[in-house]
Amino acid sequence: MSDRLPGFSTLAVHAGAQPDPTTGARATPIYQTTSFVFNDADHAASLFGLQAFGNIYTRIGNPTNAVLEERVAALEGGTAALAVASGHAAQVVVLQQLLQPGDEFIAARKLYGGSINQFTHAFKSFGWNVVWADPDDIASFERAVTPRTKAIFIESIANPAGSITDIEAISTVARKAGVPLIVDNTLASPYLIRPIDHGADIVVHSLTKFLGGHGNSLGGIIVDAGTFDWSTGGKYPMLSEPRPEYHGIRLQETFGNFAFAIACRVLGLRDLGPALSPFNAFMILTGIETLPLRMQKHCDNAKAVAEFLAGHPAVASVSYAGLASDKYNQLARKYAPKGAGAVFTFSLKGGYDAGVNLVSKLQLFSHLANVGDTRSLVIHPASTTHSQLDDAAKVKSGAGPDVVRLSVGIEDKEDLIADLEQALGA
Amino acid sequence: MKDHMNHDAYPDNYIRGILNGVKSIAMVGASPVNVRPSYFAFKYLAQRGYDMIPVNPGHVGKELLGKPFVASLSDIGRPVDMIDIFRNSSHIMPVVEEALTLDPLPKVIWMQLGARDDAAAAKAESVGIKVVMNRCPKIEYGRLSSEISWMGVNSRTLSSKRAPAPTQGMRLSLNRMSVGGGDTAASDRAAKNKTEQS
Repeated sequence: MSDRLPGFSTLAVHAGAQPDPTTGARATPIYQTTSFVFNDADHAASLFGLQAFGNIYTRIGNPTNAVLEERVAALEGGTAALAVASGHAAQVVVLQQLLQPGDEFIAARKLYGGSINQFTHAFKSFGWNVVWADPDDIASFERAVTPRTKAIFIESIANPAGSITDIEAISTVARKAGVPLIVDNTLASPYLIRPIDHGADIVVHSLTKFLGGHGNSLGGIIVDAGTFDWSTGGKYPMLSEPRPEYHGIRLQETFGNFAFAIACRVLGLRDLGPALSPFNAFMILTGIETLPLRMQKHCDNAKAVAEFLAGHPAVASVSYAGLASDKYNQLARKYAPKGAGAVFTFSLKGGYDAGVNLVSKLQLFSHLANVGDTRSLVIHPASTTHSQLDDAAKVKSGAGPDVVRLSVGIEDKEDLIADLEQALGA
Repeated sequence: MKDHMNHDAYPDNYIRGILNGVKSIAMVGASPVNVRPSYFAFKYLAQRGYDMIPVNPGHVGKELLGKPFVASLSDIGRPVDMIDIFRNSSHIMPVVEEALTLDPLPKVIWMQLGARDDAAAAKAESVGIKVVMNRCPKIEYGRLSSEISWMGVNSRTLSSKRAPAPTQGMRLSLNRMSVGGGDTAASDRAAKNKTEQS
């Protein structure tokens, strides 16, 4: 029995969470504390020197957060994880371990608008230079590789149009270039796609979306696949070289196949500071227990809504990879056979004005800037999440002025379709 | 031996049995420098109650956490249950050959994270010695006792049983019943590919 592999739903409920050794509490307690007492001076020194496993201060680690970390690591098939305050925090912590000022990373052009902003502006001020590539043209990633390239970043299911990325093809480019592949798996969740099975070396999430799933708590996470060898050629000194922050420890030789997650914790989270509140970790953990149930319902509803929209006379086009006619349907069948996610876009024949009219008339869909909630959500990306891009960049990232984005919730699909029908009809 | 151990993925019960069974551990290549992985592992295992013996010819006459260094395995002068080798793969064979001259033989030969020598392993297994390669006993102890979960590491175990509260010097809940948890197949595959390339 002990070496039988459990299924996804079992891991979603159990991974990382054992009865509390002190109290026997079965649900994961919220350890709402900043700090943890040391046994004695030697124990304190061992913890600070990374010689012992244990808790010091919640900016470095917390037992509630640790349950969340182990659970997501197990669901993704990774060796370890680190929870942080948001998906954006996850991205900055990951790249801090990989890039020095003047280095480059290649990113897919189709990304969450907030990521495009973060990469273009904030990261530029750190001297981390993004080079864009087109996920529909794998050769564009190969052409973008230079001696300064340190990583490749893609989304598994890309915001906003729900297009599916050929993770394996891009992982081949990354391997050839000798750099890790980072996959933002937020819109798929590990229930639909496990990027590590397709060659990802690092997975990041906004936990705020489908993993937490209830639109009530921000969070982010970094999962270490334990697949990348950081020791070659001194290319990744945060992992391979003696760290002055820790009296000369080399993280890879000390921590082996989970060294990247440790680097993110002890060099990233410790020094940059975007810690996740244990209360948020508890809320997100509770959400993850029902991830398989919710995600399937999200996908089933999204497919029904997409089919309805595709047949509606006011709709010009629907971009949903779950539709047989969609450009990404083959990739969806390969990477996400259980469903193509629940975030997608459609465009209206009436253009920008019709989009604004639709959003104002919807009664169940909420007009807001989030995805992956139990509730159905709607937004007009051109005027919100992608508003800081110029018109050409908007179209390139799938957020042209006539485009409306939906995040389909877990209500009854008949009610969602009726709401869209009344809003489109008048 | 009839059954060959799969050295790419050890069953949890195999590792648990070793860590529960051995009492004395000779660490070949133990370093007195307190940022070296061997120092970390030596200190951790000593705190868990193992009888630790540091083996390093460069430090004879000195002590590591109160334990005197010896120059070689044959200088230990008493039976030892496990040899933990903190040397590169290319230096494994002579240590294993020396271990095979000990009387009684050690029960376990363990090669550290990054170290693997299949020929040396086969030699040791042919006389009934259990072998572990490319693993760290500190990490495996922490994983099977769930202590390492505090660092967000996938312990690859699940349990509905309450573990005893950890206190210094005690053996953590190695015997707590658990079932397999989330696997790390991709990482195991990467390690195997690396071994085959080198």
